[in-house]
Amino acid sequence: MKYNLKYSQYNERSILIEWQAIIDENILKSILNFKNCIQKKCIKQKVEVITSYNSILIIYKSTIDNINDRFKELRSLYRAQKFVSNVQSSIWEIPVCYDMDFGTDLHQLSKEKKLTISELIQLHSEQVYTVFFIGFLPGFLYLGGLHPKLYFDRKTTPSFNVKKGSVAIGGQQAGIYPQDSPGGWYVIGKTPIKLFNIRTDPPCFIKPGDKIKFRPIDKSEYFDIDERITKSSFQLKPVRTDA
Amino acid sequence: MLKVLKSGFYSTIQDHGRFGYREYGVPSSGAMDLYSSQFANTLLGNEGDSTVIEMTMIGGIFQFLKPTLIAISGGFMSPKLNEESIKQNTVIKVNSNDILSFGQVTKGFRTYLAVKGGIKSHSVLKSKSQYSPITKLSTISIGNILKYKPHYGKFLRPNASVKYEASILSDSTLEAFAGPEFNQLSKHLKEFLINSEFKVSKYNNRMAYQLEPLCNNNLNSIVTSPVLPGTVQLTPKGNLIILMRDCQTTGGYPRVLQLTEKSINILSQKAAGNSLKIRLKD
Repeated sequence: MKYNLKYSQYNERSILIEWQAIIDENILKSILNFKNCIQKKCIKQKVEVITSYNSILIIYKSTIDNINDRFKELRSLYRAQKFVSNVQSSIWEIPVCYDMDFGTDLHQLSKEKKLTISELIQLHSEQVYTVFFIGFLPGFLYLGGLHPKLYFDRKTTPSFNVKKGSVAIGGQQAGIYPQDSPGGWYVIGKTPIKLFNIRTDPPCFIKPGDKIKFRPIDKSEYFDIDERITKSSFQLKPVRTDA
Repeated sequence: MLKVLKSGFYSTIQDHGRFGYREYGVPSSGAMDLYSSQFANTLLGNEGDSTVIEMTMIGGIFQFLKPTLIAISGGFMSPKLNEESIKQNTVIKVNSNDILSFGQVTKGFRTYLAVKGGIKSHSVLKSKSQYSPITKLSTISIGNILKYKPHYGKFLRPNASVKYEASILSDSTLEAFAGPEFNQLSKHLKEFLINSEFKVSKYNNRMAYQLEPLCNNNLNSIVTSPVLPGTVQLTPKGNLIILMRDCQTTGGYPRVLQLTEKSINILSQKAAGNSLKIRLKD
């Protein structure tokens, strides 16, 4: 399927390409395919290609001389590409400990949503989530696929310090805090997995288009994995990778 | 090597920032006023993106442990070498144990200290710019030792044809592209944005500058979308937030304007209370 895209100049050296402003997996596929094409095409020029729910932002390293030429290039590149996805995607199983010590907002959420804590955990860990993009913080994954029963508006006043590894839900999204940070989402558990590492390139091993499942673990398994990560004897492997 | 005897109000190590990591949520960072940092480097014959010290509002005191050449550009913080006033935007020779001191800024807001060959520090994700937690430290502090390659050569005469554009410090008009959501603004709000005089609020730092007064906003939040340094966001309460070098990579507020590169440099030299106008780029 081909979409009607809007091309505009964002600043002296960036171009914004926009899809319809909705959250949709087919749009995600279209965005990731196009990103792939742009990166292949622009390999000689220095560019950054950033994606989000419904847009691509291309940042060139130098000023754009003729914006209309660039638009023309991009339009023909989009027309020429095949819709068949050639972007590889993996499925990851992220261990999460939903202990009350970690899931600091479980109690409040259970009251507000009129669900027991085990129902909450079940609804959260049964879904398969899609990674739409990374933003907000280094390594923060925007995950779609939250069970509608868990949709809940963000906190009106953000929490001052959400701990690194916190697994949280906000609005219709799920996420994992890759570092200590203020945050407005409801924290329901914690993972020992490190989602962002400055010593690896790329610094994130999970990428947009990948799928995520959460596997409930108890506290002793949490600390076991945490210790193995500290000793570098634990590496999360994808459950499956599709070409 | 140079020793930080006093760090000043907020001093960081900066180069041109990180390129290629925004897709992983990593801010660009880099010198706030890239023009001035690049100017100081150019005077010394350094690469434009060599690592410099960025000082904000109140400068630091530094002791040089080996001879080198330095250049100072950007905001004016009354620089002194061994208690003697020295000029900015020129090359200055320093000897072992010389003490370079800065005071409170009297013009502009951010001052750049460049050293011949650049400050040698640890690179993280291909940049030396300090931004915690990408780098361990978020600023330099008293007692830090910063490395550089000593320069024993003769005094280097700066290229006479390079002249510092002091308008970076005095200009008060920011030039902007219409942002992706600009056309959703009411006619009234568009006019308000480009005809009003704004003031820099006390909420200003390397991540963002807020402006005063509030606007009457008629726009809802958007689906989380990419933003860049220079993106002007309008919050539901009517706050205008101009994102700066350390800003997040995505945001959910309407992006009403986008500052030009030069205007980001100009804004970087503004402090709380300074007046500003915004002009739409043709």
